[in-house]
Amino acid sequence: MRLLPYIVAAWLLLTGLYGIVTSRNLLHVIVCLSIVQSSTYVLLLSVGYRTGAIAPIFAEHPPGTPAVDPVVHALVLTDIVVGATVTALLFALAVQVFKRRGEVDPARLRPLRE
Amino acid sequence: MSPRFRKWLFLVSTLGLALLLFWAVVALPGFGNYPGPYGDLLNSVAVYERHVTNIVTAVNFDYRVLDTLGEEFILFAAATGVMLLLREQRAAPHYRLPASPRAVFARSDAARWMGLGFIGALMAFGIYIVLHAHLTPGGGFQGGAILGSTSLLVYLASKESVYRRVTPKFLAELAECAGAGGYVVIGIGALLAGGAFLQNVLPLGQTGNLASSGTIWLINFSIGVEVTGAFSILFLEFIKEVPEREDSA
Repeated sequence: MRLLPYIVAAWLLLTGLYGIVTSRNLLHVIVCLSIVQSSTYVLLLSVGYRTGAIAPIFAEHPPGTPAVDPVVHALVLTDIVVGATVTALLFALAVQVFKRRGEVDPARLRPLRE
Repeated sequence: MSPRFRKWLFLVSTLGLALLLFWAVVALPGFGNYPGPYGDLLNSVAVYERHVTNIVTAVNFDYRVLDTLGEEFILFAAATGVMLLLREQRAAPHYRLPASPRAVFARSDAARWMGLGFIGALMAFGIYIVLHAHLTPGGGFQGGAILGSTSLLVYLASKESVYRRVTPKFLAELAECAGAGGYVVIGIGALLAGGAFLQNVLPLGQTGNLASSGTIWLINFSIGVEVTGAFSILFLEFIKEVPEREDSA
């Protein structure tokens, strides 16, 4: 239990990497990259967690109530936003590749020759 | 490199990586034992220093405000990049629309009523999430994502031409630019008022009120506008990639 969330994070990282390495489709690569990234959410939130503490929001609790770390929450927010937009950009690139080469299998894509 | 060899190479090196990761995490403080001190320090001072009750918002839009500026421009650059890439392709001479545009499938009554019925509620929810960032969970990024996605309900419940009418591209672009620029303008405003760039120079107000937290609220609002615009642009551009036949609707 003490290590479980960290092991989940490592598992997500490694499965995502496995997907990227063995993938036969660019869209699948992008989704695998999102899985790799979600391991960072799990890791960051686990590092800042404190058993029995509240979320770092003091609207209904007086300041001083034990709370979890707000810094990692802010980092995860950044992480998610960047992840979402970079995913969109990668999808646009994949669409571009498919239109130009008619192919989405990374193994069958040859270097560009003009 | 054959796929088989690649897979074996991956498995061997992953075993090494897994061991390194395991070695790293056993040395971390166990789950549930956050040791501090930065989070605890912020949790104890931010309410008094910045008059906010959502400390995460205070971190994002005040203590780490310069980092969030960078993050905002990653978002801006990515949305602009998607727009440029897809528009460039459509403008290219060899570009042709997919041979058979997807037929408009008849939207079921359930999709139509659920979609149209939820638009108002979702929009109100998104606006609430943006405006109350300094008080309760939420903020400009989260609320903006909700607001930007709301117009997709029109697409799901109706058809593409209606969706394009209710989501003017010009407004989406304006929102994205105004939001991104607004953040910088607030920072320069702080300079002109005699503070540092992006320093919280406005009166902080009464903790717990909607009008409190100084520039945190303003910056958060600006982010909300930008994210709404950026998400709208992304959806507008990607939906253009799946043209629908208008006649069969």
